[in-house]
Amino acid sequence: MDSAISDSAADRTPLLSTTTSALKIVVVGGFGVGKTTMVRSVSEIRPLNTEETMTQAGQDVDDNSAVRSKTATTVAFDFGRISLNAETVLYLFGAPGQERFWFLWDRLFAGTLGAVVLVDIRRLADSWYAIDRLEQHGTPFIVARNDFGGPKHSLDQIRDALDLAPQVPLIECDVRERESSKHVLITLVQYLYTLSTGDAQRP
Amino acid sequence: MSRPGRDDSPDRLYTVTGGRSRANSTAFDLVTLVVSEFDPAPGMQSEHRAILAMCRRPTAVVEIAAELRLPVSIVKILLSDLLAAGRVTARHPQPLPTASSLPDPLVLEQVLVGLRNL
Repeated sequence: MDSAISDSAADRTPLLSTTTSALKIVVVGGFGVGKTTMVRSVSEIRPLNTEETMTQAGQDVDDNSAVRSKTATTVAFDFGRISLNAETVLYLFGAPGQERFWFLWDRLFAGTLGAVVLVDIRRLADSWYAIDRLEQHGTPFIVARNDFGGPKHSLDQIRDALDLAPQVPLIECDVRERESSKHVLITLVQYLYTLSTGDAQRP
Repeated sequence: MSRPGRDDSPDRLYTVTGGRSRANSTAFDLVTLVVSEFDPAPGMQSEHRAILAMCRRPTAVVEIAAELRLPVSIVKILLSDLLAAGRVTARHPQPLPTASSLPDPLVLEQVLVGLRNL
């Protein structure tokens, strides 16, 4: 085997061979809001980056003329993972909330357990679009305000500004802290649990 | 001046997949776990060899893409070929019954336990 493969394999932390199922949670937020920081603080691997391309209008392309015409949109995203037990691994994806990304949402994140919308109080408007789209896709989500210092706003003020439904959890966090990021994920999964056992109305 | 790689990468991707830009099936999810059934052998396409080496332990599609520095859709095409040839097997995530349905409470309980133990 050539050495390039062995070298890169040496850096990797493979999953347990008993791992049989994988789950997804997506962290959505504007540029610089702390998505990668959050993934890094809880992930068992250094966050990795990859990309997906989409050709214009998503049509099938079977000949190379379309590949050459550069109509493809490329979106990049980060991810990390958490082995939950011997069989199950949870993948955490950091996804930019910008418009073009949503064309790929279904292809990338169909079947996701739920989403965390990470917001920066100084740029709340950045998250409006993401919240709209998650509601439209019927993807359950919570909102977490990442603490950058700055002006203090009550969570009620933030809830109003984001026009969030009362049942959608809204919490504060500091995603540089592992415990805080853990708490965000636990809050999301508890919320999903409440929804799935029918203890609350679906948003 | 153009961005490095901008002009050559479509050709490279085209070559890697033998001219296809779409997988013929949507069988692979980002987190489908791929497991090698064969060792890489001389004469195989280098991407196939790399995948077989990487997937001696279960490896998610998205990790393969990151490791090979290829777009996810290209990796899915490579994986479809390996799957069709019986060189890999795939452990697919359990699909939700419908797009907007909620996960099984039992699965969520497991996730909560796992997260709390972190």
